[in-house]
Parts: sequence; C-alpha cells; structure tokens
Amino acid sequence: MSDPATMHVFDDTEAMEISFGPQHPATHGVLRVMVKLDGEKILDAKPIIGYLHRGTEKLFERETYNGCIPHTDRMDYTAAATNNQGLVLAVEKIMGITIPPRAAYIRMILAELQRLSSHFIWLGTHVLDIGATTPFFYTFAEREVLLDLFEEYCGARLTLNCMRVGGVPYDLPEGWTGRCRAFVDQLPAKIADWERLLTNNRIWKERTVGIGVISAAEAIEWGLTGPPLRGSGVRWDIRKVFPYDRYDEIEFDIPIGTHGDTYDRYLVRMEEMRQSIRIIRQCLDRLPDGPVMAKVPKTIKPPLGEVYASVESPKGELGYYVVADGSDKPYRLHVRPACFINLQAMPEMIRGHLVADMIAVIGTLDIVLGEIDR
Amino acid sequence: MADEVTPQAPETPPPPKPPWEEKPVPAVPRDAATHPLVVELAAAVPGLEMQAVEFAGQVTVVVPLDRLLAVCRVAKETLGYGYLVDLTAVDWKDRAEGRFDVVYWLHRHRDEQRLRVKVRVADGVEVPSVTGVWKVANWMEREVFDMFGIYFADHPNLERILTWEGFNGHPLRKDFPLEGIDTGAAIYPDVYPPGTGPARSGGEGGGA
Repeated sequence: MSDPATMHVFDDTEAMEISFGPQHPATHGVLRVMVKLDGEKILDAKPIIGYLHRGTEKLFERETYNGCIPHTDRMDYTAAATNNQGLVLAVEKIMGITIPPRAAYIRMILAELQRLSSHFIWLGTHVLDIGATTPFFYTFAEREVLLDLFEEYCGARLTLNCMRVGGVPYDLPEGWTGRCRAFVDQLPAKIADWERLLTNNRIWKERTVGIGVISAAEAIEWGLTGPPLRGSGVRWDIRKVFPYDRYDEIEFDIPIGTHGDTYDRYLVRMEEMRQSIRIIRQCLDRLPDGPVMAKVPKTIKPPLGEVYASVESPKGELGYYVVADGSDKPYRLHVRPACFINLQAMPEMIRGHLVADMIAVIGTLDIVLGEIDR
Repeated sequence: MADEVTPQAPETPPPPKPPWEEKPVPAVPRDAATHPLVVELAAAVPGLEMQAVEFAGQVTVVVPLDRLLAVCRVAKETLGYGYLVDLTAVDWKDRAEGRFDVVYWLHRHRDEQRLRVKVRVADGVEVPSVTGVWKVANWMEREVFDMFGIYFADHPNLERILTWEGFNGHPLRKDFPLEGIDTGAAIYPDVYPPGTGPARSGGEGGGA
C-alpha cells in the first residue's frame, strides 16, 4: 500500500456496477454476474442465471424413465455418463433392481473416464482463463483420445446416453479394454507434464494461492460438494460415504486440500485424475464376465414412493429425487445440481478480490451452465 | 435314437439365481415411528406431531407447517444436520390436505445419516424460510418459488432465478402446460402474440 498521506484521494468516487457476461468467454457459458466495483476491487457480486433454462424437470414428467436419460446428458454436458448414472441408480433403488457385476464395473469405468474428461476441460479452460494458453491444447488433445473410447462404446462422444435402468445397453466392444488400458497407462506421464508446467510455476501460484478462500465450516454451510468442499479439507465423497455400483470393492483415496483456496482445489483435482486412473485400472483388472443387463420389466413402473439417489459427479454431489406414482412416467423428478449450489457461494469467495480473480474463482468452481440452468 | 432313454441323474435343486436374474422386488413403505433418527428428533422437539415413513432405506417425516422452523433449527443445532442437501417441492394438484409438499433433505457428517423433512402447504400459504438456518437454502428457495409459486416468508431476496422477471406462471405446477402458454416472451410476438396463450394458472404474472 502506498502511504495514505501522499496518496491522492478521490472523495467523489462511487461504486460502479457492471454486467459481466452473459457472453463473456471466461464465464464458461452464459453466466452473467452483476459486479459492484470500487476501482478494480469487487465489493459485491450477484450471479444471474437461467439463460440456458430448458425446463428439463418439466420435460422429465412427460418421458418414460429410460426416456429421461438423454435429457440428463444435456445438463452437465461435460459429464454425461455420471448424469446418466445418478438417474438410473435412483430408479433402480425404487424398483429394487440389483444390476449384474459386469454392468456395475462398466459403469464405473465410464464414470471415471468421464471424470477424467471433465477434469481435462476444467484444467484447460481454467488455465486458459488465467492466461496460460499451452495446457489447453495438451488437455484437449488427450480428451479427443478419451472421447474416441466413448464413441467406440456407444457411438456418441458428448451426449452419451450410455446407461439404462438395470445395467448398461451394450457390452464392451472387442479390444476396448486393451485400448482403454493403453490410454490410462500413458496418462500419468501426461499429467506429470501438466503439473510441471503449473504446480511450481510462480505466475500460476501468484494467481491462485490465497484466492477464493472458503473455510471448511463455511463450505458445509453453503452446501459445497466435490472438489470445492475437499479443497477446504473435508474428506467427504459420495463414492465413499454412500458407495454405489461397486465402489466399495475398489481402493482409492480422497485427496483433500488444507487452505480452501484456488490452488488447493487445483491440487485436489489433479490428484483426483490419478485416483480415477487407479480406479479404472482396478476395474479393468477385475472386470467380471456375464450379462450387462438385469432382468427388468419391459415397462418400468415403480410403485408409489419417493427416493433420492446421488453420485459423485466431477463437480460434486449430483442427486436425483424421484417421486413415482405407479405410472411409467415420473410424477416429479428433481435434480440436485452440484454446480448450481457451488455457484451460489461464489460471491462469498470473491468479495474483496480483484476482477481478474473472479475469473480464477469461476474457473475453480468448475461450473457448467447446462446443469445450473437445467 | 430319439426314443433311447438316458439314465437321469438324481434330482438336485437348481442353484439359486443371482439377484439380477430374479424379478425385482420394489421397495415398500414402512412405518418408521421407532426408527432411531425419528426417535431422536421426537425427543429433541417435544410435542411434535409427525408421521414417519421409511421407504427404500430413506426416512421421511412430515411435520406441521408451524413447527417447521423449530424442527430445522433443532435439527441443525442439536442433532447436527449441518448440511442441507436439497430443498424442493412436489405439486399434488387436487390433494385435500394441501396442494404442495415442500421437501427438505438433511445430512449430517457425524454418522453420515440423512433425513427427509416434509411439510404440506396449500396454494398461497407462506412457508417460513430456512435461509437463517442453512445459507445454502437461499437459491433453493428461490428456485422453488420460481417453479411452483410457493412464497417463503423472511427470505432475503425472493426473486425468480431460472426464468426471467415478468415470466407468466410457474412452470412446474401440474396445470402449467408443456407448450403453447403465453409466458410473457414478448421478444417473439410473431410466435406467441401477447394474450393468445391458453388459460393460465395462478402466480403473480397476471395479465398479458
């Protein structure tokens, strides 16, 4: 700080309110933030959302249960597989369906590949926002190879629609496991390369250390889940707390941070990528034989009742609350979106920072507007 | 050859089928008045009238509207439910005991238990806001207001969140049609001329 005595003081300044977005490339979609600025310092921020609202929850009510699955692809469009997984788990819970072990393992492989691909997008765009262009090309190059695996499995690269109530629609193609293993085997070296560019990079640390700090207690109060919660030092992950599919048979660690800042969340996600690789390897080693679909009635008609099931999506806790009325369509199907809840804490995290830091915080929350607006 | 009888092996019962080849048995609701979570809540909030149901391993308690805030406070401060996972509503259009269910889904980290708290409210009745208990409820309540038109008393900023200011109606109400309604989208007057939508449901949108 300069010496107040020699500092020129503007008595007649007032806070300026500007609209940031919704077309700004650094807002990761159509997020708009009304920011109140004192010079370059953020006094307050108010996210305005809904530009991508498609009434998904209303659309669910006219679809059959399996017909809802393609709609979930389009919520968090960087993580379609985990979106599918949450919905089918909820319906299986209410129907009392146990899925065959091979289906569960295929689901876990797809979900962890999806986590990797989502984290690739996060890393590339987050780093690009802050000013480093190179990692974007590295991560997106890997993502292309990863999406080839999805394409080979289900024909789609982005909107996968790759799970059904009772299992998965297809068995793995011939030779897929080998190609998947080859992909994950070369990945740790790539991740180490990316980390060499960033982890001890002085510019990167200047931009992320101490930015967007949120304490563990505040993080729980604001309902944060996923890496933003774990970055604050809470070792909490749906895969461990309420294991679904066969996560209870797999060994993996939950990385946590200590300071709850942008840098710690970065470290958490980098380690999560390695843990995902570890999970995929174990799944490929143990992949059981057998059917990939349980015996499920042709028309899925859950009894009257309500169930909530959630998965650890790459962004946090993604939950589905299903209210069934005995017909073949959900009476009400509510999504508990991880990004929507995580974004709510953003003003809390950026108050007092500079405008440029807001970009870092938006990046570190890893939001996808498709899921926020639904 | 066809009529040659081969000696039969002694009858052995077939091995039990794995669960994924059996016909699935759907979950059934069970009375949960003696469930530990319910007993604990009843002890912490004296004189609370509630119905408790367990379904698919998840416990739901329906509490009266005037005790909601007290239940939420005690749940957080005494019973440790520090994390409000989800808050939403369900529209049971013609139900006699109140049109809407407002549903709170609580979690506590101490023993990783979850509890669903529900209130039944009639159309137009205000629900006390729980933003004073869990900060996370702010946007969740705004979404419920936007989608269902349920008002939350003492909410700091009860505005529409997913639709826009001036949107006509509340989309997740059962009497809101999937298409054809005049939602107040004046930017497309050639597609939806103002005032030509079908009869609209309640809500503050008012006239076109």
